[in-house]
Amino acid sequence: MVPVLAAGAQVQTSLGKPTAASVGFFFAIVALTLVITYFAARKTRTSSEYYAAGRSVSAGQNGLALAGDYMSAASFLGIAGMVALKGYDGMIYATGWLAGWPALMFLVAEPLRNLGKFTFADVVAFRLRQTPVRIAAAFGGIATVLFYTIAQMVGSGSLVHLMFGIPYKYAELIVGAVMLAYVLFGGMLATTWVQIIKAVLLLIGVTILTLLVLFRFGFDATNLYAAVSQRYGQAMLEPGGLVSSPVEAISLGLALMFGLLGLPHILMRFYTVPDAKAARKSVLYATGLIGYFYLIIPVVGFGAAVLVGQDVITGVDKSGNMAAPLVAELLAGPAFLGFIAAVAFATILAVVAGLTLAGASAYSHDIYVSVLKGGRATEEEQVKAARAATVVFGIAAVLLGIAFEGQNVAFMVGLAFSIAASANFPALLLSVVWRRFTTLGAVWSIVTGAVLSVVMIFLSPTVWGEVLGHLDAAGQPHGIIPLKNPAIVSMTAAFAVGILVSLLTDEPKAREAFEEEKLRTYLGVGAE
Amino acid sequence: MESAHAPSDRPAAGKQAHDIVESPEFRALVRKRWSVSVLMLALLFLSYYGFILLIAADRELVSRRIGAVTTLAIPLGIGAIVAAWVLTGVYVRWANRRYDPEVERLKGLLRK
Repeated sequence: MVPVLAAGAQVQTSLGKPTAASVGFFFAIVALTLVITYFAARKTRTSSEYYAAGRSVSAGQNGLALAGDYMSAASFLGIAGMVALKGYDGMIYATGWLAGWPALMFLVAEPLRNLGKFTFADVVAFRLRQTPVRIAAAFGGIATVLFYTIAQMVGSGSLVHLMFGIPYKYAELIVGAVMLAYVLFGGMLATTWVQIIKAVLLLIGVTILTLLVLFRFGFDATNLYAAVSQRYGQAMLEPGGLVSSPVEAISLGLALMFGLLGLPHILMRFYTVPDAKAARKSVLYATGLIGYFYLIIPVVGFGAAVLVGQDVITGVDKSGNMAAPLVAELLAGPAFLGFIAAVAFATILAVVAGLTLAGASAYSHDIYVSVLKGGRATEEEQVKAARAATVVFGIAAVLLGIAFEGQNVAFMVGLAFSIAASANFPALLLSVVWRRFTTLGAVWSIVTGAVLSVVMIFLSPTVWGEVLGHLDAAGQPHGIIPLKNPAIVSMTAAFAVGILVSLLTDEPKAREAFEEEKLRTYLGVGAE
Repeated sequence: MESAHAPSDRPAAGKQAHDIVESPEFRALVRKRWSVSVLMLALLFLSYYGFILLIAADRELVSRRIGAVTTLAIPLGIGAIVAAWVLTGVYVRWANRRYDPEVERLKGLLRK
């Protein structure tokens, strides 16, 4: 037991010590997922089975898997911590993470399922010239996945270290090895089941935690709010500094909302269901599950603030990430903390597995098979290339995770969402809805979105100011570009460039093929 | 596989597919699909960006208490989440009831 001393409060916590319960739950989850991987591996022989689970996943299963793919440890532990320390601002932040899901349904879910095969580049390249579009789209996809993966790996290393006491480097290696086992042998089918198990465990864990908190307050949230207000002041229940500038808020909102529509690991999941109708239904389930999750997480955060105390939470970890585990232990003992820690670990594995599969498919399907092999690769070659790309991506994830140890990588999530919203999403949408869209239009739109995102984030207060240490006269992080998130500029520019270049370059073949594309987009005729 | 001229399992080709794409029914279907999508998206923008902009514009208002300590901002935040889910629900209901039957009918025409 590690006594945590902070401002007169003393809390006994087994956080950071591998207890029988945490190790037991940890091994139980890993064993269960590996057994599933063993069975999935026997069903994973063709490329369609490797990338898309043979399109055999039901809408309900895919809804859970989407939720499992999306709800990261950062959103579970991070939002609970943010609410615990900053109060209402954490709730504002949570709403942004959900807002993209309906847009995903209205704009891309069904066309994506009908037009594509394994990746979103399939859709963008449907009637355009394969080589340039595939390369550009794979570049946007890999960039998105890579930045997202770095953020996840660095976050997971420190979380596993905090919760189990395992050294950071070993944590990276364990996450990498277990995740690689799923993806390499069991492909999308194993990844799907890992994501389903994780989503179920996470939702059960957070529901129990919410009920335990509410139980302390007579199952009346207003009693909880009253306790928060009494201890920390009414400001905890009011919006704070998160939405101070409307332009900043809209830009962040755009990145979160439309970034989702360009996240390769999320888009890829739509190919696992039999048809567009199932794709549509799975978004409804996912939105419900994720919405429920973000609705109850603030209760856990406020509960932690009142029951554990902000001083104790920041005493364990300054970011507040340990708010949920601490309140779990306080309310239900070390065994429940062990369960929550194991669930957080499963959460990391499921998200990283999804990212690895998406990164591997962008290289092996879009670059190797479609460009280098000109679309003429045997099933055996395709699966082999996919597995090789998976190993390379998995090792890269571990090495990058280790390389960025202790670095401030929070901006990389913003960067991933910004590239997704600015490079991937505009090209995807324009290719579906606009007859006049051309190859050069697509390529320049993707390049504009990606380059602007990277450059503007580099020059933003977050990286130029905080990470590189440029401060203004008042000692605040200063950016050459004042925006923290560039989406409002970079996404608009990507659309504008895509449209302008298309208008300047006519592509009769692409126009003619739009008819066939429409039959497939709207009626599903000829869909994979 | 992904080229525009993939043979796949297309039941009819050429003229018939062309006729369907040019038909008023198909055009109406596509137009209707995007009208519904854009309407839903507009409502989503209204609820989500409305929520964010209201907080940015009038902090006094959203900080007003509606209970002993509960601020107006709390039900607004919950509302933004619930609205997102309700909108997806409405879209799925529309698609299942109106869009899918029309798709099946048009696909039936194509097979003749």
